[in-house]
Amino acid sequence: MPVLANLTYDTAHLLDAGMLVLSFALLYQRRLFGVLKIYAMQAVLLAAAAAWQAHAQDAPQLYITAATALVFKGAVIPIALHRIIVRLDIHRAIETALGIGPTLVVGVALVSLSILLVLPVTAASAALTRESLASALSIVLLGLLMMITRRNAVSQVVGFMSLENGLILAAVGVKGMPLVVELSIAFEVMVAFIIFGIFFFHIRERFDTLDVHDIERFRGERS
Amino acid sequence: MSIVHVILAIPALAALLLALLPSYRLAARVNVAASVLTLFASLVPFIRRPDTTPFLLIDDFNIYLVALTAFVACTTSLFSARYIVHEVEIGRLVPRYLRYYHAMYQAFVLTMLLALTANNLGTLWVAIEGATLTTVLMVGLYRTHAALEAAWKYFILCGVGIALALFGTILMYLAAEPVMGEGLLAMTWSELLPHAAQFNPALLNLAFVFLLVGYGTKVGLAPLHAWLPDAHAEGPTPISAVLSGLLLNVALYSVLRFKMLLAANPLAVAPGPLMVTMGLSSLLLASFMLYRRRDIKRFFAYSSIEHMGIITFAFGMGGPLANFAGLLHMTMHSLTKSAIFYAVGHVSQIKGTQRIADIRGLTSSQPVLGWALVLGVVAIAGLPPFGVFMSEFLVLTTSFARAPLLAALVLAGLLVGFGALVLRLQGLAFGEGTGGEKASSVALLPAFLHLILVLTAGIYLPGPLVSWFQTVAKLLG
Repeated sequence: MPVLANLTYDTAHLLDAGMLVLSFALLYQRRLFGVLKIYAMQAVLLAAAAAWQAHAQDAPQLYITAATALVFKGAVIPIALHRIIVRLDIHRAIETALGIGPTLVVGVALVSLSILLVLPVTAASAALTRESLASALSIVLLGLLMMITRRNAVSQVVGFMSLENGLILAAVGVKGMPLVVELSIAFEVMVAFIIFGIFFFHIRERFDTLDVHDIERFRGERS
Repeated sequence: MSIVHVILAIPALAALLLALLPSYRLAARVNVAASVLTLFASLVPFIRRPDTTPFLLIDDFNIYLVALTAFVACTTSLFSARYIVHEVEIGRLVPRYLRYYHAMYQAFVLTMLLALTANNLGTLWVAIEGATLTTVLMVGLYRTHAALEAAWKYFILCGVGIALALFGTILMYLAAEPVMGEGLLAMTWSELLPHAAQFNPALLNLAFVFLLVGYGTKVGLAPLHAWLPDAHAEGPTPISAVLSGLLLNVALYSVLRFKMLLAANPLAVAPGPLMVTMGLSSLLLASFMLYRRRDIKRFFAYSSIEHMGIITFAFGMGGPLANFAGLLHMTMHSLTKSAIFYAVGHVSQIKGTQRIADIRGLTSSQPVLGWALVLGVVAIAGLPPFGVFMSEFLVLTTSFARAPLLAALVLAGLLVGFGALVLRLQGLAFGEGTGGEKASSVALLPAFLHLILVLTAGIYLPGPLVSWFQTVAKLLG
């Protein structure tokens, strides 16, 4: 069997796996700047994966998705968040989340779960779609896990955005998915980001901290 | 251009206009005028049904929900006009924020109507997403600690819900694509339904689980309900009214659309048991939680979770009668709960607090307002002759015939919830009046209008309405 028997499939698989590895890196990275860097790298890989799918499926509209991922998620958003962190002076914050070991174990369990869930039900679909979808679901679930285990608002947001990376990976991996969805996601990320930005400033004004744990002390249900 | 475009264009244009209007008094009037126009437009499809297009659809199922949504949005805009004047007077809101508020109100109505009339799964998703964004801004309007926390929690939880729903949508497309080919058709709801029988059942099941959990977060089903009480309690009261009266219904509507696809496929797992479990757990959880609430808006927010639980349970049971009950309960709950929030909004303004313990003897100090609240609570508690009684009675009888054990659990939940409502109502409405007496002009027309409708439905349901509910109940399978 030649080494590059199926270049299309292998490249897509490599990019998916790269994104998945970065999701794990997000789980154990504690420093906020580190988290942002990994997120940016994941976004760049996502752009590459989308571009590769555009090439493989001969679907030029996916290049737009790739471009928006590269520009917004790979550059604009990390830089803006970086500035917010500097301005709020929280970059020294070392987070106390669930221990690294247990988090990674749960992460591995989630990846196995998504493979077990996706592969059997998509037996009829193309191998490329199936593998992408399994990786995408893993990334979604790992993003969710990151949101649960982090208490700092910035890293929760990054968890949410990495979850969206997974969703876009799923959308581009499915053959012939209409453009509506990709556009809406790109749009949504922008809007969501603005909203998050507004939130940060308000939270900053009122609480002087971005630790969600602190906000929760002000629960409305006090007597 | 069909009438659906008009229905959507009015709130869209109004939102743009309101974003530019500096005077909040004028803005409130424009808000009311736009809502009234939308209401009239929403009645036109009853006379002449517009054609189905790839993106927009009016069918038997959504035609009445569109009208209901426009109606509640209209009465709430009336209530809101009076409510915000007081909030500005006491300095809780500044006119600058109200520009946002009014524009967002119409934008929210737009997303609700778009979600209801969407024929494309992608459009539906975008609309529900837009509804989250607009309401987050409104929930955080007061900028207090609690309001910001509520908005943050709402945004994070519903953001995750929305994300899962999108994954479900992608899976749904993946299930449809082999049968219907690539492209928009495989995401068009009216095209999906006739072909649903040929879809891969395993993929359909997986898609539905994601969609149920995703959109179910917005319905406020346990265990994903945590955002709901906070968002209701900390935002302005008109927003609590539209959250309970519109958003929860529309989110449930999206779940039901997908349920219909599953029901059309004989090999797919029945969506019923999942919905029954989630509905029942919401009902039981919320009815016990009612006892511990000290904040009046939070209290009624838990009551909304309880009722969405009952409705989800009814649709989960399925069959013509249970679906009929579910549809009726959706309508009744939406009308009653928004009426209660109108009354509660004025009560908390007059008393200057939302603490239940500080609000006493309303019927003696504020007879009209007090009795409006009493009637609302009596209606929502499910006492005859109000319409809620009828729908709850139907849910119970149909489930007793088919699954006595489940029905017993529903009955237990209802009784526990009933106890909490009666207990709190006594303190709120009767006895010696306490608490502040701030001057506030009240607009109770919307509340009484809703309650009269609920009462009428309880005594006499008009024939056309019944036959319509029956048609839709059959569609839902």
